[in-house]
Amino acid sequence: MSTEAFYKELSRIYSEDRLLTRNAQLVPYESDGLTSFRAKPSGVVLPQTQDEVIRTVKLCHQFEVPFTARGSGTSLSGGSVPVEDGLVIALNRLNRILSYEPDQRISVVEPGVINLKVSQQAAPDGLYYAPDPSSGPVCTIGGNVAFNSGGAHCLKYGMTSNHVLGMKVVLPDGELCTFGGSSLESTGPDLTGMFIGSEGLFGIALEITLRMLPKPERYYTLQAAYDSLEKAGNAVALVVASEMLPGAMEIMDRLSMDAANAAIGDCYPKDAKAVLIVELEGTNEEVEAEKPKLHAVIEESGAHIIEAAKNDAERARIWTGRKSAFSAVGRLSPDFIVQDGVVPRTKLGEALAEIDRLADEFGIRVANVFHAGDGNLHPLVMFDGREEGARHKAEELAGEIIRLCIRLGGSITGEHGVGLEKRAFFGEMYGEADTEFMQRLRAAVDPLAIANRGKKLPSAEAPALTSSGAHPLEQRGIVSRM
Amino acid sequence: MLTPESIEEVQEAVRSQERVRIVGGGTKPALSRDASLSTAKLSGILEYEPSEYTFTALAGTPLAEIRDELAKNGQFLPYDPPFVEAGATLGGTVAAGLSGPGRFRFGGVRDFFLGVKMVTGEGQAIFGGGKVVKNAAGFDIPKLIVGGLGQWGVIVELTFKVFPAPGEFATLVIETADAGDSQDLTTKLARAPIELFCLDSDSQSVQVRVGGLAEAIDARCGRVQSLVGDRSVKILRDEEDSRHWSDVREFRWVPGGHALVKLPISPGEAEGVDDALSAIDATISKRYSVGNNVVWIAWPDSLGQSEFDRAFAAADQKRLALTGNWEQPSQIDPRGAVFADRLQTVFDPGRKFAG
Repeated sequence: MSTEAFYKELSRIYSEDRLLTRNAQLVPYESDGLTSFRAKPSGVVLPQTQDEVIRTVKLCHQFEVPFTARGSGTSLSGGSVPVEDGLVIALNRLNRILSYEPDQRISVVEPGVINLKVSQQAAPDGLYYAPDPSSGPVCTIGGNVAFNSGGAHCLKYGMTSNHVLGMKVVLPDGELCTFGGSSLESTGPDLTGMFIGSEGLFGIALEITLRMLPKPERYYTLQAAYDSLEKAGNAVALVVASEMLPGAMEIMDRLSMDAANAAIGDCYPKDAKAVLIVELEGTNEEVEAEKPKLHAVIEESGAHIIEAAKNDAERARIWTGRKSAFSAVGRLSPDFIVQDGVVPRTKLGEALAEIDRLADEFGIRVANVFHAGDGNLHPLVMFDGREEGARHKAEELAGEIIRLCIRLGGSITGEHGVGLEKRAFFGEMYGEADTEFMQRLRAAVDPLAIANRGKKLPSAEAPALTSSGAHPLEQRGIVSRM
Repeated sequence: MLTPESIEEVQEAVRSQERVRIVGGGTKPALSRDASLSTAKLSGILEYEPSEYTFTALAGTPLAEIRDELAKNGQFLPYDPPFVEAGATLGGTVAAGLSGPGRFRFGGVRDFFLGVKMVTGEGQAIFGGGKVVKNAAGFDIPKLIVGGLGQWGVIVELTFKVFPAPGEFATLVIETADAGDSQDLTTKLARAPIELFCLDSDSQSVQVRVGGLAEAIDARCGRVQSLVGDRSVKILRDEEDSRHWSDVREFRWVPGGHALVKLPISPGEAEGVDDALSAIDATISKRYSVGNNVVWIAWPDSLGQSEFDRAFAAADQKRLALTGNWEQPSQIDPRGAVFADRLQTVFDPGRKFAG
């Protein structure tokens, strides 16, 4: 069956302004937050209803056309890069919050709803949606579900998967399924959990029931500066060993501080080798009681500057610095690769020392910003794509860092997903038999392998890859990489 | 009954049996009737590094052993598993998908389960998930296993995330006028930013557990009290507090001759469920738990399964009987069956584990 026939069928569903096939219309969909990868789809559809998505998926199945569902395209692993000559199903117009019930503490949303919008709507009721990826102001819940997105506050409340109660999904052949419901509890296998993080391989989520939490009434955010990265790492271990469970613990190294200073003004001390951000959150009385304990631990850890945010504005400033770090690194280097490996927390020091050593060996600068509380590293490997061989060398170093995480008993990705980028390392983490088992699972759900083909699992089919500069959204300062 | 002692022996056992039913501690007898494989000899904590907030243990490890080991380091299982004292195992808790009243604070068993080593219907040993607290690689097989009642394979080894235990707990038992009053108060407390560990109720009272640093515990009780109006409040501390929740968790309130049934609900359904139960028999014991997200019902054997299913035929969330002699203790939501069946063809093509 021909492409022409396929598009003829699509044109019965979509008017011309929602069925994009001209070259200039397709360019914005060629890549995502990870700009190293680029592929040209044959077309893009912009459905406005769930029914249109279902009919589109059925057509893709009938004509065996691979498709990629896409939200805002902020994936940092190439997860929403289209399949070459496949179809992009852009879900941004499915952006309705279908129901919001504060008494039940749930919000039912379509996949194109922006992450931050969910919390904004609930704010008057003192509720919020906990997962907070740095791209929260632009990324969509559908994308968060596909990649099980995290954020700075995963330590206490987990990732996307820990906040989705139920879903309506369309499988890659157009079959509809409903998983879970609107209760925190369930019976039967947790199919919701299995679907989340499948990176589009199991199909498309059409309706997602999110769990809302009461917003902590009090935050206490503290920033401590150290003369070595090791001391900052040890401070994390000390906090963990105390009775406290902070909402977030983040570390930035010297290079990332330089970048943030350059981007948003001098907010980090010039003489520090590392800063640690620790945030307590909870009821007034609990935070009040924890404050002196936290200060005692941080003083013991050898911090030479300790600053606490005195108000919301100061807290916001600390987080703006942290969350801007990725895009700020763009000021230090024309190109960079961001990694997302996880190591056991007790091996943080070892991992950082080894990354330093590797960086020296390769002669490449690596900035480090990470979710120290859960051992999730975000090394930023800097290079200049215009220099011959520079990208290749940077990728080689990035690969070594991933292998290091595997060797230390961690993971190749904590929150960005495998996407296109880390497929080559999947087998090293899971081994041949487990990898093959997961490929069989995928084949059972999608025998034609049309749903986001070429992502997540190692396989022969890979899209054409070309180099490019920063993502357009990033250039405009709308998204940052975290 | 086979009692394998290693993963290889589990593989052999699965290959040698046409039909495999697994039992752990046997604390949910309705789910382990005619078991053919016991995890009794797959027991013990394999790795525990307190500063990682993780441990790995074999499926047959009693929860009590894990609780005691964690307590030595001031840590706990935040999902508050039931039947700890009765002898429940880690694997059985995961397979049955059970969390206790304390899951209100940080999440249920699904939210703390990181990695699994298991044996599939073809006797293949596979590993899913990871051993670190954050991992987005691979399909989330650990989540799939939760609540699967052994349908995906034999769980052999599990890795869990844990948290530091609060320094102190206290419980407020708030007297209510009736079931409706209990539900209204539950809704109000669930929305407040006061970080409750447990939020349970019955028709006489709402029971609220707070926890945290010892020096803040009085103030926390005060916060809850400030939200309950002029209802009378009794505060339980220390022994009294832990005994109260131990009785809840162990279901000591379920009388003999009754099946214990779990019925997940959304908070807004609590009233309807209460009306339905009262219409059948006002004396049926039940407990609304986790902020009205689940009802635990002691269902009289004299009424039986069919009467229950008639009363709750419309519930989207399906019920699970843990004890008693129901013909079909578990009822699965059919709306996800297409997806589950496809996965099943890989996990268990011969359907050795199915029913």
